[in-house]
Amino acid sequence: MIHIGTYIEQFINWLTLNFGSFFNLIKVVVESVVNAVEWVLMFPPFYMVIALIAFLAWKRTGWGLTVFTILGLGLIWGMGYWEQTMATLALILSAAFIALLMGVPLGIWAAKNPMAGKVIRPILDLMQTMPAFVYLIPAVLFFGLGKVPGAFATVIFAMPPAVRLTTLGISQVPPSIVEATRSFGATPRQLLFKVELPLALPTILAGVNQTIMMALSMVVVSAMIAAGGLGEVVLKGITQLKIGLGFEGGIAVVILAVILDRITQSFGAKNLAKV
Amino acid sequence: MSKLKIEDLTLIFGKEKETALSLLKQGKSKAEILKETGCTVAVKNASFSIEQGEFFVIMGLSGSGKSSLLRCLNRLIEPTAGSVILNHRNITSLGDLELQAVRRKEMAMVFQNFGLLPHRTVLENVAFGLELQDVPKAEREEKAKAVIEMVSLRGYENQHTGELSGGMQQRVGLARALANDPEILLMDEAFSALDPLIRTQMQDELIDLQEKMHRTIVFITHDLDEAIRLGDRIAIMKDGEIIQIGTPEDILTNPATDYVASFVEKVDRKSIITAASLLFEKPTVAIFKKDGVEGSLRKMRTSGLTTLPAVSVDKHFLGFVYLKDLLDLKAQKETSIEKAIIKDIPVAYPETTVEQMLPFIAENGRAVPVVDEKTNKLIGIVAQTSLLIETTGASWENVTGNTIDNLQKEIL
Repeated sequence: MIHIGTYIEQFINWLTLNFGSFFNLIKVVVESVVNAVEWVLMFPPFYMVIALIAFLAWKRTGWGLTVFTILGLGLIWGMGYWEQTMATLALILSAAFIALLMGVPLGIWAAKNPMAGKVIRPILDLMQTMPAFVYLIPAVLFFGLGKVPGAFATVIFAMPPAVRLTTLGISQVPPSIVEATRSFGATPRQLLFKVELPLALPTILAGVNQTIMMALSMVVVSAMIAAGGLGEVVLKGITQLKIGLGFEGGIAVVILAVILDRITQSFGAKNLAKV
Repeated sequence: MSKLKIEDLTLIFGKEKETALSLLKQGKSKAEILKETGCTVAVKNASFSIEQGEFFVIMGLSGSGKSSLLRCLNRLIEPTAGSVILNHRNITSLGDLELQAVRRKEMAMVFQNFGLLPHRTVLENVAFGLELQDVPKAEREEKAKAVIEMVSLRGYENQHTGELSGGMQQRVGLARALANDPEILLMDEAFSALDPLIRTQMQDELIDLQEKMHRTIVFITHDLDEAIRLGDRIAIMKDGEIIQIGTPEDILTNPATDYVASFVEKVDRKSIITAASLLFEKPTVAIFKKDGVEGSLRKMRTSGLTTLPAVSVDKHFLGFVYLKDLLDLKAQKETSIEKAIIKDIPVAYPETTVEQMLPFIAENGRAVPVVDEKTNKLIGIVAQTSLLIETTGASWENVTGNTIDNLQKEIL
């Protein structure tokens, strides 16, 4: 018998023991980010938030999504899940923000450095294929129960598309343009910021969309470690076998997903059309 | 002193460059090196120098190493050995920052596929080189506008480059390079991606521009016609080696190898070949006041000719004398050839092209006199046969070297 699990357990325990204060620091930072976003979403009355999101939908896409947003969010409010939905949205936005903050630079690094790319790729494969629930265990060990381990698990699960699509976007920049830029005496930094990132932007934004969608699915799962939000509603439905409750939570998740997906997609599409 | 000097430049692609390089020095062939080390020799011991203001064309087919050689000049590709000397400074040993400065100020490049930024407007693209040098926005846009004017892109400033035709895009590419005010312009197959008609138009405009700005240009092409149209001098590359360097006329008249000759065959020579290269020097002449009628007739007899150019004692061209007229004079017991000299003969200068000399062909087979433009002294003659061979495009291999001399002698 090979006990890989034992070694991983030992490693995680060792991390918890030796880096306790480090994890505490992360916990404080992440917690304040999530709370800040949640506060922003919860502070104004619900109809203002709906109006704001509807306005964004109208600005980015058109009437269809605007009507859907007003009706959908109105339904959520009517079902009485407004707070849970905003908690979920806050967790999604914070986790996606952190995932992008780490994922985009990692993606650039992987595109620029073939060695780094070779190391990063299997790690991404692992992160994406590992059953999402598995992340919850070390998350709890590091951060206890609550929103922070939820955000942690979500970040890990949602980061791969940000990394992958950034790498893809940068390596798709035509070599002739890179060469021309170099021939005019561009520094590597100028090449990155003036040429590669602008040209890779549509692809990177597609990554942002995917990251947010994956964050949404993981945030629901992380209700299992008391991250709260809509996931909790669904979980209650499962554990107490309340079909109605489960579906109500589920419908709220779907409405949120459609709105997030369409709005973030519009950013990528618009830039694609421009190029 | 030359502006740009390339010495023993060698470029090898592959892992075992050092081994390949030492094998190359031992005189092994490219094929042998490829077999032994797996390395490709892209450029082999290229040496040449380019003068200030010269339009230098490197011509070769694809895979001849011409584009790689060009990229060694600004080190977009690092040469394996040899040096590139720009204004007495060895580019190959510069550090990153110095190299950056050279690319920003001294050399700018124009690419076959334009390499423009699709997310920017024409104006922003043209100002891009200056932007990289952190030139303030107002100043760089002012400069860019001036260059846009120069390449006839006015009115297109705010368009995105993706919306432009190929010819227009390459104007942007050219303008972007010129905006940097570089000493050397590197042009990599700059017009090859364009339609033939647009290409000719761009060539003409480049020639006009060059007459105004006198840059040093290194131009890469696979098209010999283009090379001949544009180049002051042409270097011909094959399999990574430069096999001939010379003026367009040098190359057309004295192809160094069969390979060059096979290219040259297809070129329209009429407008390139000049009297200077078809010249038969020291022809037999009748010297007025020195050779009388008798003397001139004797010269005709020994040379077997029926017409002779007549010159003064100090070699000024006077006209032609014909056998028939001299015999008439002899019958009249005249001694001076003065009355027999036919004047108003059209003359050519050394730089007169074959095309321009065609109207001079006379029915009686008389040769075309070539004189010095300033002094009117006779330099030599061009036989009609040479003109006919040039225009009818008779196979050149059959007519090189001695053959042509013999032909001319036949006529004289």
